[in-house]
Amino acid sequence: MLEIKNLHVKVDNHEILKGIDLKVNAGEVHSIMGPNGSGKSTLAQVLARRETYNVTSGEVSYNGKNLLAMKPEEAACEGIFMAFQYPVEIPGISNAYFLRSALNAIRKYRGLDEIDAMDFLPMFREKLKLLDMDEKLMNRSVNEGFSGGEKKRNEILQMAVLEPKLAILDETDSGLDIDALKIVAQGVDAMRNPERAIIVVTHYQRLLNYIVPDFVHVLVDGRIVRSGGPELALELEENGYGSMEAEARHATPA
Amino acid sequence: MIKATQQSGNYLEGFSEFERLAAGHDLPWLRQLRRDAFARFCDVGFPTTHDEDWRFTNVSAIGQTPFRLIRNDRTRLSQRELEPYRVPGVACQLVFVNGRFARELSLLNNLPAGVKVSSLAAEIASNPGAIETHLSRYLDVHRDAFCALNTAFAEDGAYVHIPRGTLVEEPIYLLFVSTADDAPSMSHPRNLIVADEDSQATFVEDYVSLDGGVVFCNTVTELVAGDHTVLSHYMIEREHKDAFNISTLRIQQGRNTNVVSHSVLLGGALVRNNVHPVLAGEGGECLINGLFIGNDHQHLDNYMLVEHASPRCGSRQFYNGILDGHAHGVFHGRIIVHKDAQKTDAKQTNRNLLLSDDAQIDTKPQLEIYADDVKCTHGATIGQIEGDALFYLRSRGIDEVSARKLLLFAFASECLDRMKQGPVRKHVEGLIHHSLFQLAEAPDAARGNGREDTGRNWEEIG
Repeated sequence: MLEIKNLHVKVDNHEILKGIDLKVNAGEVHSIMGPNGSGKSTLAQVLARRETYNVTSGEVSYNGKNLLAMKPEEAACEGIFMAFQYPVEIPGISNAYFLRSALNAIRKYRGLDEIDAMDFLPMFREKLKLLDMDEKLMNRSVNEGFSGGEKKRNEILQMAVLEPKLAILDETDSGLDIDALKIVAQGVDAMRNPERAIIVVTHYQRLLNYIVPDFVHVLVDGRIVRSGGPELALELEENGYGSMEAEARHATPA
Repeated sequence: MIKATQQSGNYLEGFSEFERLAAGHDLPWLRQLRRDAFARFCDVGFPTTHDEDWRFTNVSAIGQTPFRLIRNDRTRLSQRELEPYRVPGVACQLVFVNGRFARELSLLNNLPAGVKVSSLAAEIASNPGAIETHLSRYLDVHRDAFCALNTAFAEDGAYVHIPRGTLVEEPIYLLFVSTADDAPSMSHPRNLIVADEDSQATFVEDYVSLDGGVVFCNTVTELVAGDHTVLSHYMIEREHKDAFNISTLRIQQGRNTNVVSHSVLLGGALVRNNVHPVLAGEGGECLINGLFIGNDHQHLDNYMLVEHASPRCGSRQFYNGILDGHAHGVFHGRIIVHKDAQKTDAKQTNRNLLLSDDAQIDTKPQLEIYADDVKCTHGATIGQIEGDALFYLRSRGIDEVSARKLLLFAFASECLDRMKQGPVRKHVEGLIHHSLFQLAEAPDAARGNGREDTGRNWEEIG
């Protein structure tokens, strides 16, 4: 589904990603772990096609198409979804209206009929229940005045409504208490299926107790320094990133 | 002074003829009122940018253009030409063509008994006493040359009288149509709205142009809000981009009144909208809500003068501006709290979105407080469309033009949300959608996309 080859990315002339290789197949859950500043969020944002990042070399192919040539809205319509680390507040646009607009934009791209407010509502209510969210939040402006937990749940709600093929969760666990974390994780876990791939970007292992990944990759200083199974996350929990950071320092730059 | 004389020379000939023929030319008080006002205009001439109230707005183009007053209007409009400007759900729609009441085009349906909706010229002829009581009693012709000029040429416009205790549920709609002439033409509509004690009503002034040509519309509305009245006033400017429009809304508020003024400036080349409420009775409330959307070389100036003259009154000013191209917006909010106006609560907020590097906004709060127990606050912000918000919407599949439009509309909605649900709000919403769609679609828009100058967003300047 997703194949990243030797991806180099610069921000403000500073190289953040220094040659990433990653292959994700449908049905798989990958976790990308790493310390602060390692480039995790940059990778997530590049995949969501944020234009402020300067891809200096490398390729990203998504379902056989060149992802790096897509605009953010095209990537979304092709089935990529990123749950934001810092969801954006948008005063004046109601959550429900926003979500229906997004869903219809994607449906239109795929040649499907638009969904009207009446048909949207039952489906929407079901997803709200899944994430234990108050229906009242839906008539409020997007993320405005939401608590940190509500914002993160709102991201997963969007994911549940838009049903992406590839979901990227950018530090969705940060700032969540254990109850909220469980709800969010259950919401994500419920969406696992053989057609969908999920990339979980996180600093800590805790989320991975609830969303157990098939593969774990450790990102240090813009490079994937180790890849392995779920046990790698536990090892990190035990030992921290220190030893791997040291390894990275000793590795000679390509 | 020489300049003032030259300018008034252009108007002198027109005035002499007007004075001889205008409705009420045989009424001494009206003759005197017009003459004094014209003399005042000749004394001061059009303001210059040295005048503090006109610092950001250069009206020399108006002074230099030889406008002609169209009195005997040859224009005959058909009902069909007006079809696009009809608004459903209103109590009546009075149509004024180049400032003159057009009875045959007006619709006078649903008015409650006792409510008088007529033309000023007709009332001057048939009911001069009622007019004399109020006309120009509140307007300051000494301070403002445009108000002086309007008063000099005051003859036609709307006259509305709402009797005591009357509730007019549907809006009273005044449509001002300018049509093309072979030479630059001017009109000076003068509206007088008198709402007696304990009445409630909504008034709309909608300025449109049917075709191109240089026109100058200099309009004045005196709104007399009797004690305990609840009134809403809408000013909609959507003339074409060769139009000059100067408007003044002078509101005289009695005790415990609740008056709302909404201004929506979308069209015109050079537009100046003055809103001047005087809270003369204790416990009055005034909300002044405005939205201006400019593009190309439009100049949209919003000037507020809120006078607190009695204790325990509240005023709120909220203006949002969206400017693209080379458009220039002005927000000048002046609040005067007189000595006796204790417990005044006045607030002023102006928020602006600049969509291009060449768009400009001048925003100026001006508080003059002579009482000692008052609360006055003001604030202004200037920003761009936020890159984060744009990316957020796009990352969910919404294309860039739609995302921009959504964000612009959300910003404009702050003003829309202060309007009461109903036919006028719906009408305004449609107009705003249309304007914003043009901005979002404009080729200019592509240039500004994804600009990530979030660091400069919402810079607090006041």
